[in-house]
Amino acid sequence: MDKISAYLTFPDLLIWLPVLAGLVCFMLRKDGQIKAWAMLISLLTLIVSVVSLFHTKSIPLNNAPWTWMPEIGAGYTIALDGIGRILTFLTALAFPLIFAATYKNYYKDSNTYYGLMLLTQAGLMGVFCAMDVLAFYFFWELALIPVYFLCSRWGGEKRIAATFKFFIYTFTGSLLMLVGIIYLYLHTAPVFDNAGAQVSEHSFSLRSFYALHLLPGQQNWLFWLFFIAFAIKMPIFPFHTWQPDTYEQAPTSTTMVLSGIMVKMGLFAVLRWLVPIFPAAMVKFDNVVILLAVTGMLYASLIAIKQDDLKRLVAYSSIAHIGLMCAAIFSRSQAGLEGVMIQMFSHGINIIGLWIGIDIIENQTGIRKISQLGGIAHKAPVLTILLVVIALANIALPLTNAFAGEFLMFSGLFKFNIWFAAFAGFSIILAAVYTLNMIQKVFLGETNAITEAMKDISLNQQVALGLIVVFIFVLGVFPQPVFDLAKETVNAILLKIK
Amino acid sequence: MAWLIPVLPIIGFLVLGLGRNYLSKTLTGMVGCGVVFISFLLSVYVFISIKNGNTHVAHYFNFINIDSLKIGFDFQLDQLSSLFLLIITGVGFLIHVYSTAYMEQESPRDFSKYFAYLNLFIFSMLLLVMGANYVIMFMGWEGVGLCSYLLIGYWFKDGDNNNAARKAFVMNRIGDLGFLLAIFWLVNKAGTVDFHDVFAGVAKLSTTDITGITLLLFVGAMGKSAQIPLYTWLPDAMAGPTPVSALIHAATMVTAGIYMIARSNILYTLAPVSQTVVAITGLTTALFAATIALKQNDIKKVLAYSTVSQLGYMFLGLGVGAYTGAVFHVMTHAFFKALLFLGAGSVIHAMSGEQDMRKMGGLKKHMGITQVTFLLGCLAIAGMPPFSGFFSKDEILGAVFVKNPLLWGMGVLGAVMTAFYMFRLYAMTFLGKFRGTALQENHLHESPMAITIPLIILAVLAVAGGWIGIPEIFVHGGHRLEEFLAPVFAQSNAITVQNELSHSVSYMLMIITVALSLAALLFAWKKFSKYEPTDATETGLGKLIAHKWYVDECYDAVIVKPLRAIAKYFNEVVEKKGIDGVVNGVGKAVNYSSRQIRLIQIGQVGIYVLMMVIGILLLFIIQLFL
Repeated sequence: MDKISAYLTFPDLLIWLPVLAGLVCFMLRKDGQIKAWAMLISLLTLIVSVVSLFHTKSIPLNNAPWTWMPEIGAGYTIALDGIGRILTFLTALAFPLIFAATYKNYYKDSNTYYGLMLLTQAGLMGVFCAMDVLAFYFFWELALIPVYFLCSRWGGEKRIAATFKFFIYTFTGSLLMLVGIIYLYLHTAPVFDNAGAQVSEHSFSLRSFYALHLLPGQQNWLFWLFFIAFAIKMPIFPFHTWQPDTYEQAPTSTTMVLSGIMVKMGLFAVLRWLVPIFPAAMVKFDNVVILLAVTGMLYASLIAIKQDDLKRLVAYSSIAHIGLMCAAIFSRSQAGLEGVMIQMFSHGINIIGLWIGIDIIENQTGIRKISQLGGIAHKAPVLTILLVVIALANIALPLTNAFAGEFLMFSGLFKFNIWFAAFAGFSIILAAVYTLNMIQKVFLGETNAITEAMKDISLNQQVALGLIVVFIFVLGVFPQPVFDLAKETVNAILLKIK
Repeated sequence: MAWLIPVLPIIGFLVLGLGRNYLSKTLTGMVGCGVVFISFLLSVYVFISIKNGNTHVAHYFNFINIDSLKIGFDFQLDQLSSLFLLIITGVGFLIHVYSTAYMEQESPRDFSKYFAYLNLFIFSMLLLVMGANYVIMFMGWEGVGLCSYLLIGYWFKDGDNNNAARKAFVMNRIGDLGFLLAIFWLVNKAGTVDFHDVFAGVAKLSTTDITGITLLLFVGAMGKSAQIPLYTWLPDAMAGPTPVSALIHAATMVTAGIYMIARSNILYTLAPVSQTVVAITGLTTALFAATIALKQNDIKKVLAYSTVSQLGYMFLGLGVGAYTGAVFHVMTHAFFKALLFLGAGSVIHAMSGEQDMRKMGGLKKHMGITQVTFLLGCLAIAGMPPFSGFFSKDEILGAVFVKNPLLWGMGVLGAVMTAFYMFRLYAMTFLGKFRGTALQENHLHESPMAITIPLIILAVLAVAGGWIGIPEIFVHGGHRLEEFLAPVFAQSNAITVQNELSHSVSYMLMIITVALSLAALLFAWKKFSKYEPTDATETGLGKLIAHKWYVDECYDAVIVKPLRAIAKYFNEVVEKKGIDGVVNGVGKAVNYSSRQIRLIQIGQVGIYVLMMVIGILLLFIIQLFL
């Protein structure tokens, strides 16, 4: 293999393109230039990602072409597998959508803003590609830091308090995970080079972590160290209280990143790290975790009914949806896991669509209170139609993208335990209640003084929302390609558990 | 080519939806009606080829194909689905044509929107009956629910309409959850959702499984087909335009539950417990809704409760194993109830939107065609021979008598009430003298052709539609429908013992039912043709019935309010004070202890030295013990 192709694999491009472009972005000065640059790079990344979807066989595991810190067995090892492809594609798709929808928004110090956004994208890509624990941890934190700055500089009124809470929460989780990682690391086998000489005493590589043989006693407490870290990220009840506050206070574009992609980091980490490394503990604690997840689904759905702020409504609905995904993972059936795979993608684009809509409404009226809006359908029919489609996809109406996923996840949960599925099922009804409430109060009825001045959406917003709607229907009717893509990963995970 | 049948309406939906700013009303009407008409022609073609024995499952592509589960995008083309295809596209087409006149006052944009929704509904309904597995059926199932939601709330400026639409959707979703759980059960126990495979492999399922699955499926049917306890959305759904009530809330969508159970007939036949539940629920609903219909004054509300009641009869039929009878009643009901709703629409149109029968009366002389067709519809639903309703209702009641004469007696009671309230409606509307305003009276007119022609066609069907199911005792080989549907119910019929009634008993039952209904009919005719509005308020039982037994109020008090209270408690107490309280409490505790510890850092070297000494001493002591 020649040097160029060894260095520039798809995952490399996906990570380094946004990193470099983000750094360049800090130096740009003109607003128009900055936006165009960010848009261009995000589109390029999207192209790379699309191409990578079709090169399923030709990407070798980049087995540390230049080891990062050989003395401690840490490698810059990155690769794309099925789940990685799905989530990097989601990340690559989300950013151009976000940039397009907010193209006409004004951001103070836009060079810093867009630079940080691109760095976030790089961090997310890294998380989904990392095949080395240290690299994973590095990217995990790399994604967090720009988001912290984005929230604290461009957020709403109470942004400082909310961001602080968010940071403390996730940082606590990260520290727990770090403790776990170090413990595990100290139990890994030594690394030898080709000549047979020992390079390092231990290794951070995914393979060596997977090869660990942990006693059930060890697994039990390590499981919780990792699980809490990931549960905060997802978030799972009762580790979720940072999320509504942060979603509410963060600038909407950052909320899109947080809810569309970053929460998937938690789910992804469970699938990539938690389940394969602690299979015995996973089986042992499955009931506890599913109970938490299902409780959270009903709890969050009920609270969503009571929300008057559009952002908080979507935030709580997201907790319910993530709860189902988590429960489906722990029900450990093929159907459930395949469902999680497609749902991670579908939930990502659907919720971004919802945020785009909320951003449009808030920018035009300055209001996010459901009780103060109304009659928008008269003034902005295109926005209404697109948003209603997305909202209905969000509650998994058949022939929309979320249906196949929710169907499989519930099916897996049912197989695990019929009562969990039945209880969790009530969230389907509650979802209809809060979604239709919202549609009715925001879009239907008579216009009022606030919504009287609403105008329909501009072309860039139409393109962004329209694209999401296209994805909703295409995946709603033909979900199979995603299942094919995820199959390998799913079966590998199932093999680990059995 | 069968795939074109649902695809055409969805194309119509897209064209009308996307082109709503550019299309004229004429063009909209042509596209909207045209696609459904072509679907109808294709349905006729499919029906004929199936009649000639060409039943099959058409596979198009895989919807979900993972190792443990395979769900295809497949269409089932057999006797049952083809019959429903004819009803949906046929009655659907007539209602589309009717709508072009009924909705003419809408703006071109709204007109297109209306027809787009209507086409989308036809698509969903076709998907529902054509699906060859429960998942495709479920897609149509929720699709029709969505269209129902959109069309009930079509006039969305009015908050009441929106509330009605939301209520319909939520109640349907309660049912849908049952349906979904049934599907999951099938996935996990039968390993497939294909009709053919499930029914062929039914021996592999335990009785518990079958009972559980059928009961959950029935929960779905309760929601969609408005049975107790999930029926209260249907009367409210009358907020939608009248043609919508005719199409969705009378002729097609609400019969989806009957289709589902008829389709799964072998499962129900093997689960006697579920059959009993279905029969009892159906009968209770039939009687309960009929009592409410006795006292309603809104012309559409009477028809709505009558629909709930008739659906109850269909479930009663299914519950006693009279699958053909239930499907037969679906068909005749589609004809006469669509006719009655469209007739009511014609009346409402003439009355400038008035729906209160107390303000009508004497319309006979103004609206000849509407009145005659309406009368025929009333006779059909009252079960008068030889109109269509007589044959289908008689078949169900006959089968009920075989199972249990007591249930039969209650069924007859319902039939008598039906005759009464229908002719109360007829007499209050068309007979006597006009009780509305002078302005309304001047405006009274017969409706245009686009309205009267569908009425006439449906009237012909309401009269003659029953003749394809003439019972054996009248004409040997007269029940052509039974013959046609036999393959669909063959599996069930093979294992049930057929108890035929003797001819004399059959005649006697028939005579009793018809005589009692006729008496009720004449009584109502006589009483209400001289109707005068009174100010007397209802008391006692009358009040209870007029207020629909206060069921909505009960649901509100028992379910809605407590749920809202719990949500509020979670939101305000558990979330903010409980969980967040703990989180913030941890923060505060850290903060507090830091402040306390800070106090010893006061900058006096002496204290630091003292601390150091204490520390060293402590270490020594600890070391001594270790």
